[in-house]
Amino acid sequence: MELIQQLVNGISLGSIYALIALGYTMVYGIVKLINFAHGDVFMVGAFVGFYSITVLHIPFVLSLILAMAVCAIFGVLIERIAYKPLRNATRIAALITAIGVSLLIEYGFIYVRGAQPEAYPGDVLPEHAIHIFGAKINSQSLLILGVSVALMIILQFIVHKTKIGKAMRAVSFDAEAAQLMGINVDRTISATFAIGSALAGAAGVIFGVYYIKIEPLMGVIPGLKAFVAAVLGGIGILPGAMVGGLLLGVIESLVSAFGYSLWRDGAAFVVLILILIFLPSGLFGKYKREKV
Amino acid sequence: MAIFKQAKLFWTSIVLSLVIFGVIQFMITGQMLNLFYVNTLIFIAINIILAVSLHLIIGITGQFSIGHAGFLAVGAYASGIITMKLELPFAAALLVGGLVAALAGFIIGFPSLRLKGDYLAIATLGFGEIVRIVFLNLDYVGGASGMQVNHLTTWPWVFGCMLIAILVIVNFTNSTHGRACISIREDETAADAMGINTTYYKVTAFVIGAFFAGIAGGLYAHNFYIIQPSNFGFLKSFDILIFVVLGGLGSLSGSVIAAILLTVVSTFLQDYPETRMIIYSIVLIVVMLYRPQGLMGTKEITSIFSKGKKTKGGAKDGNKQTVA
Repeated sequence: MELIQQLVNGISLGSIYALIALGYTMVYGIVKLINFAHGDVFMVGAFVGFYSITVLHIPFVLSLILAMAVCAIFGVLIERIAYKPLRNATRIAALITAIGVSLLIEYGFIYVRGAQPEAYPGDVLPEHAIHIFGAKINSQSLLILGVSVALMIILQFIVHKTKIGKAMRAVSFDAEAAQLMGINVDRTISATFAIGSALAGAAGVIFGVYYIKIEPLMGVIPGLKAFVAAVLGGIGILPGAMVGGLLLGVIESLVSAFGYSLWRDGAAFVVLILILIFLPSGLFGKYKREKV
Repeated sequence: MAIFKQAKLFWTSIVLSLVIFGVIQFMITGQMLNLFYVNTLIFIAINIILAVSLHLIIGITGQFSIGHAGFLAVGAYASGIITMKLELPFAAALLVGGLVAALAGFIIGFPSLRLKGDYLAIATLGFGEIVRIVFLNLDYVGGASGMQVNHLTTWPWVFGCMLIAILVIVNFTNSTHGRACISIREDETAADAMGINTTYYKVTAFVIGAFFAGIAGGLYAHNFYIIQPSNFGFLKSFDILIFVVLGGLGSLSGSVIAAILLTVVSTFLQDYPETRMIIYSIVLIVVMLYRPQGLMGTKEITSIFSKGKKTKGGAKDGNKQTVA
């Protein structure tokens, strides 16, 4: 029954990856940029949640919303200051700027508050153990799963049923044509960054509640893995990011379950390289031939 | 005439670099430089090797690889094993470090060639991380606590390796192979259509770049008393990438200058690691926003002295960045 237990852990971890991966995939779909700073938005979300729970004594749900709001603003600011001037620059310039922004957030944060880790209070969510098929499932992991699924459903609704969602799909399909059709591309891109960053912020709070320990450099590895998840599902495709995230979480948990827990971090990158070699457009992507 | 001029330039630069070497060697033996400065000089030379080796991959061939620390790690550990476990001489260690890293370059280069731009970048990043995790889990080389290595790196060794690395890469760039690589950088599809074997040249560039990164790894390892997997994280890859990008993609002298400049700056900021990273990242962002082609663009330092002459490249050369 160890296996079911690990599967549950994997799904909880995977839903966190999926939330971050959604932001990556949305941004990549619309501006073709690997937003390296996305993992750091996740970190900022975790800290906003932490401070609002411990210092401001706000209940969990409101803290989550606060963290999402702060991260949305933060994401838009990053886009406006660092990425917007580079919209017509080369890909490499944009990518390096993203790396620079990521380093700046991490070390700026350390400079301001120090590098010491913080521990989330344990009593944020009620804790019950539920026994199913002999596996002990924490009520926390169920709640986390519930929050992630709810956010993903809201996102699907926004993208497919609202005007801004339609604009986002149009811009990601062809930015120039969308502009000719009267869509405000700048505003659409800002909205994309805001939504993606809000999801990353929510993932940060959930991560803090689930794994207790948070620190300024915590965003780096989950950020990279979320990107792997986005590539796994087919970058630019929202359901792909969700499936990719869940799949990656499960793979990692299974690797630990079979006793290779030290190789866990490596597994994600091995999956990445295999996917890129054999299925370069991901599980859900279509292969596009390059036009000359 | 052109050949004479090139030969003259070549010998002038060789003589000049030997003079620099001699002066510094004289100052070291005369104990005019203390250990701190000698160490900084060794660091500069190692970083120059790393910068020019990555320059060949990114600046010349246009393959955006950000896992260079992986090759550095392979070279460092391979040469460490040669000297510490097998107790062979240092020269053999450097050579084996380079060769093993070149093999790694071949292994990663060959399958990744189907990838372009961002995807290649992320695949090489993943490769660098895998290398780090493998060394972290290998008990033979000490795992997380690291591997003890003797201090064998001296100024003549680093300078010699640096000179060889620069010479090989300059000559490669100016050869037929180098031109083929540049054509791949400018437009891979067009180069392929003109009958250039893009796979072959991309792998060659990867292997040569990895070879010198491996040698730099050997020098790096034997400059410390201990090497740990945490020394070779992707922050190290970014450090090397920054040399190349800041100096100007496609400019060898640019990456050398950036390597010297940034090594000096970061050495003096060593006591304030956070400030160092903040300054680093701000410089990176500002350069990308206001001068995306880097300090030198694709120009070389020699072309500053021969002003007014047309560069050999096409219309794009020197004014528009075409990498990636």
